[in-house]
Amino acid sequence: MFALTGRKALVTGATGGLGGAIARAFHAQGADVAISGTRREALDALRAELGGERVHVVEANLADTAAVEGLVPAAEAALGGLDILVNNAGITRDNLFLRMKDEEWDSVIAVNLTAAFRLSRAAVKGMMRRRYGRVVNIGSVVGSTGNAGQGNYAAAKAGLVGLTKALAAEVASRKITVNCIAPGFIASPMTDALNEKQRDGILATVPMGRLGEGAEVAAAAVYLASDEAGYVTGHTLHVNGGMAML
Amino acid sequence: MSDIADRVKKIVVEHLGVEAEKVTENANFIDDLGADSLDTVELVMAFEEEFNVEIPDDAAETIQTVGDAIKFLEKNSA
Repeated sequence: MFALTGRKALVTGATGGLGGAIARAFHAQGADVAISGTRREALDALRAELGGERVHVVEANLADTAAVEGLVPAAEAALGGLDILVNNAGITRDNLFLRMKDEEWDSVIAVNLTAAFRLSRAAVKGMMRRRYGRVVNIGSVVGSTGNAGQGNYAAAKAGLVGLTKALAAEVASRKITVNCIAPGFIASPMTDALNEKQRDGILATVPMGRLGEGAEVAAAAVYLASDEAGYVTGHTLHVNGGMAML
Repeated sequence: MSDIADRVKKIVVEHLGVEAEKVTENANFIDDLGADSLDTVELVMAFEEEFNVEIPDDAAETIQTVGDAIKFLEKNSA
């Protein structure tokens, strides 16, 4: 079950905690993986960690429109096609709503939402031809719950849910599924930096009483990318330890 | 009938799974040939591949019949 043997996948933001975990899990399931990110060294390190086989580095800064346009063609060329797109790349520019700069709003919407739109539009073209595809968008629990200080981020992540549903409806007849994963608090360099009090405050809101692991989000991505999930589309899968039961 | 017309009709027959005699120049993809809007996008993609041309979105919107496609491709393909 859930084998991805021979499937060709592009994972954006692969140098981040979640993106790296997803790339590792896809690779372990047998997929050919194109890993994209802004930091070349980190991409090369991930490629080396995975042994170099079935791993392609395609550098791209998703804040750059031209780079976004070039990414899917580059991944298709490297992989010889594209079956699975994971829109994982994301940035935060947190600020109180009343203090939020237009640039903070715009940059988060551009990378977290508009890039996902453009990459999906490009990827789905080839998927329609091949009558097979999986798009997995990485959202966030705050797309459903909101979060003080993250008006831009919450809006972008909620936007991904709408994008997911609309695209899912359009391409379902072509055997392409489009789904979203909404992680809660996942252990990462960002959560490692929290002090004990902050950490306890967060964990008090999580019935599971612990942070999630990147691998637990990656497992959800493997499922949604698999053949077995072929009848699941337009869905948002929450991976949050019960902190919001939606 | 031109070579372009033949190739266009062949693509339409294959893609929409309709009988060849229904694919006349006046046939509207959606009204007469049972295409949905996504089929029309795919047909344009198929024409682009077959004739090695790029069909911009505003031109694609004007291609509603088999004849529209033939006319466009006669004018724009090498």
